[in-house]
Amino acid sequence: MSGAALPSLQPVQDVSGHARLADKILLIACGALAREILDLKEANGWAHLDLQCLPANLHLWPDRITEAVAAAVQQYRADYAQIFVVYADCGTGGQLASKCAELGVGMVEGPHCYSFFEGNQTFAARAEDEFTAFYLTDFLVRQFDAFVWKPMGLDRHPELRDMIFGNYEKLVYQAQTEDAALDAKARECAARLGLAYERRFTGYGDLRGALAALAPPHHIP
Amino acid sequence: MADDDEIILSELPDDELVLQMHDDLYDGLKEEIEEGTRILLDRGWTPYDVLTKALVSGMKIVGDDFRDGILFVPEVLLSANAMKSGMTILKPLLAETGAPRMGKMVIGTVKGDIHDIGKNLVAMMMEGAGFEVVDLGINNSVEKYLEALDSETPDILGMSALLTTTMPYMKVVIDTLKEKGMREDYIVLVGGAPLNEEFGKAIGADAYCRDAAVAVETAKQLVARRHNQPGA
Ligand code: B12
Repeated sequence: MSGAALPSLQPVQDVSGHARLADKILLIACGALAREILDLKEANGWAHLDLQCLPANLHLWPDRITEAVAAAVQQYRADYAQIFVVYADCGTGGQLASKCAELGVGMVEGPHCYSFFEGNQTFAARAEDEFTAFYLTDFLVRQFDAFVWKPMGLDRHPELRDMIFGNYEKLVYQAQTEDAALDAKARECAARLGLAYERRFTGYGDLRGALAALAPPHHIP
Repeated sequence: MADDDEIILSELPDDELVLQMHDDLYDGLKEEIEEGTRILLDRGWTPYDVLTKALVSGMKIVGDDFRDGILFVPEVLLSANAMKSGMTILKPLLAETGAPRMGKMVIGTVKGDIHDIGKNLVAMMMEGAGFEVVDLGINNSVEKYLEALDSETPDILGMSALLTTTMPYMKVVIDTLKEKGMREDYIVLVGGAPLNEEFGKAIGADAYCRDAAVAVETAKQLVARRHNQPGA
């Protein structure tokens, strides 16, 4: 897994002293959201948010997500005032939500990041007409080879492309940021998959609201 | 597996050839599977034995290793392709030679969902186990399922969903069957990675099946149970 490809995270161990951590909220997030979270954090001055990421490729094995998140919550919960899980359902079939409820931690609403980036309501409203779309986010455009092309075996077996993507019609690049290079790369990804191309600017969608709602924990006076 | 020391399939005794076919299936080697299938038939094997002993049991290994995280999607696809090419040879012969008939299944991925790899695998393994399978493909509405149930009169309805957003649609289909008083006419099996046993129960399916092997076993059991019921 390309943990190394992720933007530098803040290891919890480096933050000095329990007193300071107790003021903070820890985000336990999918590695595919690291850059976006750090960007939001910086832009909004959310110094009370710390970040720990789990490998983004867990999304290929959704049956492992719940357990991995639960283990991370257990590992860090004593150190933080609050923990928030930056995952949507992500194919856990409601299991992650039940686990988070059981552990008393919040999580992002929605089925997956393609939905919350677009805004869960907008995505749901559009779903009926757009079920033959394959979505890429900024992360997936950057990591297309590592997270789509190779796991689907297309580097070794290009003949599988039409078995895998044959029912798809277009690639929708949900752009979180304005970036011409990513736009060009996403267009190229669409061509490689044999799909029509559409770019749609989404920004951070519901992710922004979910993180903005995490008010800094207060000291007991 | 190693194919440098050229293995001549036709020179292998039956038991070794079958094991070699399991390896070739695992490696997704289509032509080798076709060749092995023909050799066994030429040696007088019944098509049913070739299917179950060489192909289905080989594919079961692939299924187990996918479940255990040893193989991933592309390997499963390649193996499935290889198995399909063997089955293409066997299919016409199976009917002629009176292979056991287990029952009939209509299967499809639900509306809004176009994941079909798992559904295709289930369809193939059910065929391999002697079920007649009618595959409705992807994105099936209630109407499409009902139409097929009506025209095909299967024993089993199978629904697949891989998205949390599409799995609730299975309940829509089952509720419609109930409304129309048709629910008891069919065994309803559901599957797909985000589903679980609890969900299967909650929506009123007869069973949730974790993988194709479980689907086959469950289907056999439930069909047998139905046939043993008085008045069924
Ligand atoms: C391969 C794959 C794809 C392929 C699909 C190719 C195809 N032709 O099907 C591609 C890359 C195109 C794809 C697209 C998308 N995918 Co996808 N995909 C997967 C992946 C990695 C594997 C699924 C698979 O094929 N497994 C292999 C087969 C053999 O296993 P299986 O499907 O589970 O089937 C077995 C059992 O479940 C059971 N079974 C299945 N069906 C049935 C039916 C019956 C009746 C029975 C008895 C048993 C049964 O038996 C099968 C055989 O053993 C899963 C993650 C995962 N590991 O499940 C994500 C996953 C399902 N996808 C996901 C998503 C989000 C999408 C996209 C929206 C992503 C995007 N970027 O646009 C689109 C969806 C488009 C749409 N409208 O459907 C999410 C779903 C999240 C959620 N909350 O629902 C998952 C969970 C990944 C993730 N965590 O993000 N995907």
